[in-house]
This record gives sequence, C-alpha cells and structure tokens, in this order.
Amino acid sequence: MPDPILNLSGLDARYGDFQALYGIDMVLAPGEVLAIIGANGAGKTTLLRSISGLMANAPGQIAYRGQPIGSLRADQIAALGIALVPEGRQLFPSLSVEENLLIGGRLGRKGRWSLEAVFDLFPVLKERRAVPSTELSGGQQQMVAIGRALMSNPDLILFDEISLGLAPVIIKSIYDALPGIVGEGMSAIIVEQDISKALSVSDRVYCLQEGRVSLESASGDASREAISAAYFGID
Amino acid sequence: MSASPNLSVSRTSRAARVAAVIGLLVLIILALAPWWAGRADMRLMGEIFLYLALASLWNLMAGYAGLVSVGQQAYVGFGGYMLFALTIFGGLPPLVAIAGAAVLGAAISIPVALLIFRLRGAYFAIGTWVMAEVFRLSFAQISALGGGSGSSLPVDIVKSIANSRSMRESVSYWMALGSFIVVIAAVYLFLRSRRGLALTAIRDNELAAASLGIDIWRTKFVVYVVTGGLTAMVGALIFLQKLRISPDAAFSVNDWTAFVIFIVVIGGIGTLEGPIIGTLVFFALRETLADLGTIYLMVLGLVAIVIMLKAPKGLWGLLRARYDLQLFPLGYRVSGHTPDKET
Amino acid sequence: MDWVNAIVQGVLLGGLYALFAAGLSLIFGVMRLVNIAHGDLIVLAAYLGLTVVGLTGMHPLLALLFVVPTMAAIGYVLQRGILNHTLGDDLLPPLLVTFGLSVILQNAFLEGYTADPQKMNAGALETASVQVGGLSLGILPLLTFGIAVALIAGLQWIFYRTALGRAFRAVSDNQDIAQLMGLNRRHIFGLAMALALAVTAVAGILLGIRTSFDPTAGAGRLIYGFEAVIIGGLGNLWGTLAGGVILGVAQTIGAKIDPGWQILAGHIAFLIVLAIRPQGLFPRVSG
Repeated sequence: MPDPILNLSGLDARYGDFQALYGIDMVLAPGEVLAIIGANGAGKTTLLRSISGLMANAPGQIAYRGQPIGSLRADQIAALGIALVPEGRQLFPSLSVEENLLIGGRLGRKGRWSLEAVFDLFPVLKERRAVPSTELSGGQQQMVAIGRALMSNPDLILFDEISLGLAPVIIKSIYDALPGIVGEGMSAIIVEQDISKALSVSDRVYCLQEGRVSLESASGDASREAISAAYFGID
Repeated sequence: MSASPNLSVSRTSRAARVAAVIGLLVLIILALAPWWAGRADMRLMGEIFLYLALASLWNLMAGYAGLVSVGQQAYVGFGGYMLFALTIFGGLPPLVAIAGAAVLGAAISIPVALLIFRLRGAYFAIGTWVMAEVFRLSFAQISALGGGSGSSLPVDIVKSIANSRSMRESVSYWMALGSFIVVIAAVYLFLRSRRGLALTAIRDNELAAASLGIDIWRTKFVVYVVTGGLTAMVGALIFLQKLRISPDAAFSVNDWTAFVIFIVVIGGIGTLEGPIIGTLVFFALRETLADLGTIYLMVLGLVAIVIMLKAPKGLWGLLRARYDLQLFPLGYRVSGHTPDKET
Repeated sequence: MDWVNAIVQGVLLGGLYALFAAGLSLIFGVMRLVNIAHGDLIVLAAYLGLTVVGLTGMHPLLALLFVVPTMAAIGYVLQRGILNHTLGDDLLPPLLVTFGLSVILQNAFLEGYTADPQKMNAGALETASVQVGGLSLGILPLLTFGIAVALIAGLQWIFYRTALGRAFRAVSDNQDIAQLMGLNRRHIFGLAMALALAVTAVAGILLGIRTSFDPTAGAGRLIYGFEAVIIGGLGNLWGTLAGGVILGVAQTIGAKIDPGWQILAGHIAFLIVLAIRPQGLFPRVSG
C-alpha cells in the first residue's frame, strides 16, 4: 500500500480509570473507505474521538500523513483536514441549517464542497436553510451533520453511526449518496452498527470487540461466520 | 482452601480518635481561658470562635449543599438588629434575645429562600447579595433602631449580662466558644444524619441524587433555613460584643462574607476541618499583615484566587490527599485485609 | 407632569443600567460565566477614563478612544490568563475567583486613588437639555440611552450576522463540536470577554460623567446590571434593555415617593418579578 494517510499504532484510550481501547493497530490508505463495526461499548466512538482530537491520547500513537497528531487539540486537527460527523449529529441548536453549514466551512479550505454543492447534494436543506437546526427531522439533521463536515473539504472524513435512530428508507438514501460524497480521493472511516450497510460501501473492514481489533479483512472477503465471531467475541 | 476475608467497615479511624481526645482537652483548656488568658487575648479568641462558626456554616451551605451565598451578611446583621430590638423593645435578657434572634433569623430566611431559590448557580449568589442589600436598606429606614447611623446598646442592658466588666468579658468569651461548639456540633450531627448523607450525595452528583429519590429542593431549603438561623445567632453575639450597631457595619460584605469565604477557600471547602484550618491561617495572616491595610486585602484576594486555581481543595485538601487524613469521622472506611488470591 | 417626568427620567436611566448589564449578559450567554467583578470592571473603566482625562485634559467622551481598546485587551488577557482555567462543571471556581478579583480591584482602587469620590467633567454636556413636550430632557441621559440602544443593536448584529457571532453561539452550544470546526475555544472566550469589557468600558465612562464614583461603587453597578438581566430575561439583549428601563423607572418613581427609597424601590421591583415571573419578562433561553 502507498504511504498510509492514517496510522494507528498501539492506540490506548481511557476514561478516568476505565480503559476503552487496548493497543489498536490500524492503517488507512489514501482514498480508502474503512468500515469499523462492533457492538455497543466496543470502543468505536472512542476511536473516532481519539483521531479527531476530542480525547487526550498518549503521543506517538496516531499519525496522520506521517505526522503525529495524538497530542494536538481538536481544532488543530480539524485544520489539518480531518472532519468528524459526530454520533447523534450534534448540530448547534442556536444556529440555523445554513449557519451550521457555514461554520463547518469557516476554515476556508479549498475543494469541491461549498454551500451550493451541499445544497445540490441535499436539496431539502436548501428549502429549510433558515430553519433552526433543531426543527429538522432526524434524517435531515443527519444530512446537515454530513454537509457540515464536508464544508471543510476534508481529506479524511469520519462518520460515527450515521444510521442511528433513522428510518430504513432514510438510511438507504444516505448510504446511496455516500460513494458520490466520498469519491474523488477523500479517505473515510465509517463506524456503523448496521453491518451490511457498512460492508456495502467500504473497501476494508475492522471489527472491534471490547476495545481490541478482533477482525481485519477486505469487505468483500469477510464471511458472516467470521464477522459474527469477531463481533461477539466468540473464540 | 481460602480463608474468609477479614474486613470491617467503620466510620472512625485512629487519627480521628486521637484528634477527638486532643480536641476534648483543647476545649477544656479553652473553657478555662478567663483564668489564664489576658483580656486582649480573650477578645481575639472570641473573635476567632465567631469566625469559625460563620465559616463552618458557610461551608455547610456552599461546600455540601452547593448553595454559594455572598449574602450571609444579611443574617449576621439581622441577628444583630434582632438582639437590639428584643432587648431594647422586648425587654428580654440578652441571652434569651440571642436565642430569639436565632429563631427569628430562621423564620425570615424562609420567605427569602422561597424567592431566591428561583435562581440558579451564580445568579443565586448575586441574588443573596441583593437580599442582603434589601435588608441593609430596610433597616436603615427604621429610625427606632437608629436609622442610617445606628445605635448603641443601652448601658443597663449591657450591665444585665453580668455586673463586673471582667465577668462580662468572660461571659462574652464563653458564649463565643459555646456558639462555635453548637455550630460545629450541629453541622457534624447533620452531616452524619440521613439528610446529611443526602447532602453529600447531592454535592457529588445532583442528577444521580435526584434519581435516588432524594428531594433536593427540600434538603437545600432546610440547610438554608438552619444556616440562616444559626448565622443570625452568631450575628447577635457579634453585636453584643461590639455594643453598637449600624446598617453598614451590620451588613458589611467585607467583614461577614469576603473574610468568611477566604477562610473556607483557603482552609478547604466541603470538609469540616477546612474552615478550622482556614480560620487559623486567616487570623495568623491578619495579625502579621493587617497593618498593611488594603495591601493585606489584596494579598488575601490573590491567595484565594491562586488556591482556587491550583489547589481547589484548600490547605486541608492538600494535607488530606498527602496523608489520607480525616479528623472528623464522617466517611466510611474499610479496614482489615483480604487473603492472598489463589492463582 | 412630575410623574411623567419621573418615568421618562427612569427610562433614560434604564439605558445606563442596560449598558451595565449588557456585558454581564453577553458573558453568561457565551460561556455560562457570571463575573462577580463585573461591577468593579465598570468602575475600572471609570478610573481609567479619569486618569486619561487627568493626564491629557481631553474630554471624557474622547477618552473612550483609549479606554475601550484598553479594557478589551484587559478582558482578553484576563479571560485567557485566569478565567478560562475556572470554566468547567463546578460553579465554585469562577464564582470565588471573580469574587477574589473583585476584592483585589476594589483595594487597588483604594490604593491608587484613595477613597474619595471622583467624577469626570464633561463640561456643558452635563447640564445641556432639550425641551420635549412639557419636559426638560438632559442631553447626557438621552445620549446614554441612544448609545445603549446602538450598542445592543451592534451586539445583536455581531451575534446573528457575523462569523464571529456564529462562533460565539456554536461554542456556547457545544464546546467539543465547536472545536471540530477549527474553533479554538480559549481564543473565542477571550474574544467574548474582550467584547464584553469593551461595552463595559463605555458604561464606565458614561457612569463616571454622570455621577461620582468611588472604589466601592462596583457592587451597586453589578447588582443593577444583574437585576436588569433577571427582570428582562436571560439570553435576550433587548430584554435586558427592557429590564434596565423597568429598573430605572422603579427607582425614579421610588425616589419621587421618598428620596431614601430610590434603591430599595428598584430591589423591590426585582423581587416582584422574581416572585411572579422568575424566568424574566422576555426570556429567550433558560439559563
């Protein structure tokens, strides 16, 4: 593989006394789409929070384009081109739809994504651009959250459980749009509980189980039995 | 075959038992002070006891119940004015008037609480300040009590405490010591009670406490009222000693709130031992630095800020963390040992 | 007619109180911090103005050119140097640190300027008045009220029409996610405090022209500002203006009944609002 865009070596993460991640090793090639699956509490969100800088980690365990980022602040990491679509959307309630998108783009990074481009992708948002973000449906909020991350024209985009709490038809439409979104060289990590969706859009998959990697495979190669075993930790 | 664990749970520790014995001895020595201490020293000690009482009460509210008040001077002044009113107009003997001040203080704190409990957090704090100002301005309007310039305690009331000057000073001193003991005992017993446990739970995690069915509002309300009453009692004593009252002196933010807060912060908020240490440090500083006037106050403010930022648990917190001490038996400790685990 | 005059004077006084309150409201809105030293910072601006006027002989309003940027800088440094370290879930540290700050400021004033009341001289502006209807309205109170309206409109514009305002609102909503947008929250909080103290500087200068002030004047200003915020309702700057006006009118009417009752009347109005409508008259958000 060419030089990885993201390299996790022995990543640990703790919440006080509780250890959530144990020595995670993971690589992501530029332009690759990685799926991370696992049960609740396996550490998937912790992993994304570590990468995006929302959690303090020991230095030297996370490298982005060869540069160690573990001890950088979240705003510094965002400036490097990593964007997170957070679990539960977490839009800014005091901001309208359009303002949520605009603040996503405040870093001014150049690229394919702009306010108009996001509106082309999700036309319903254009209709509701001045609406406070709290008045949208779950699916629309997810679109805003994705659009907000895209506005920074990231090189690496992290999706945290975007299907959570959404109706199946909405999930389908979002995942149908995903390859188009992520296309053209953007690298992505998709954390998902919906395994089939995750495998359908990704190149490779990691499975986490109680803070450790229990499976790594190309998405097409992973068998249902292997995934079950890795997911639930059956030896 | 494994031996059963040899564990026991107790509230007290050896350090606490030793401290209790020493404390009792110290109390006895202090009670005998009129026989071994000079007048100036007795006045100083009396002042220390009264500040100790105020600090312990403020600490109960802020450190345990999460009610940060910068308006306790309302009750200090109220207690003082009630003493004057009850003795001058009610003809009550001073000692009875002090008890009366406590009761009245608790009574007036009820409508006050009903109003300011509508505010949260720091807004609550400023609300208490506003109430104190309302008290101050209101009492300044009462000409019978001297209006804006205040009044002095009539000589015959002063004489009714005791005949000789030295006897009066001893009585004042004992009342100060007594009030401190009453306050500390009340706070200690309260914290050991069921309600007190609820208080500690609320302090540690209000949401979790509420989910356990602890009526937070009611508990805080009770704490506020009891504290108001006891603060008024201390206020009555303070002005019995001063023999003179005026709105500015009675409701002074500096004297009754700023100093008290500094004492508790420096000593260690949220512990019983903290205010004791804080008072001793405060008076040590005062005796050495007070000549510097405003600089002294600025130093005090600076010390409080630094402690809040660097050592938020105060001096006692530092000591406790270092040596795992607890002199007042309030927490539960596990002692004993478990047998080695089988491999 | 006397009563109408009292009410009008009260409305104009409310403008000054709204200025006291605006900085307080802004800071609470952005970072949930209540600065107990806020009143003393108003007084600091007044003393700074006094010093500048004393050194240069310029008109007090001109001194704004110096005092406003100075106070803004003080605000930024204060926030990043000290107050940022107090922010968190516990409400004790910011309260006690700002309380300590208040004591330090008051005693610094005492040391630097003595306890004597001071006042800045704005010359003819102080007594100039204009006749409207049957009333004589002072130019200075009118100017103060106009400035209050303009500043509040300006703050609203910043908050709702600029990228900086978006940043303020985002950080106030969710600090973590705001960081994901590349926002350095420590810097944003510093900017918010700088803006608040810039507004506070204007309030301080206008105070210093209007009445005499001394080292202990801060407590009263904090209380008036606080009362204006609570009466008006949290999270709404125009509400704060309304709160200031109500407070001012209560005070002037109280003074009309009995001069000694002025301040007390204001407190009573506050307590009444607290009793029957604790969320304030025009709340936007709760707390």
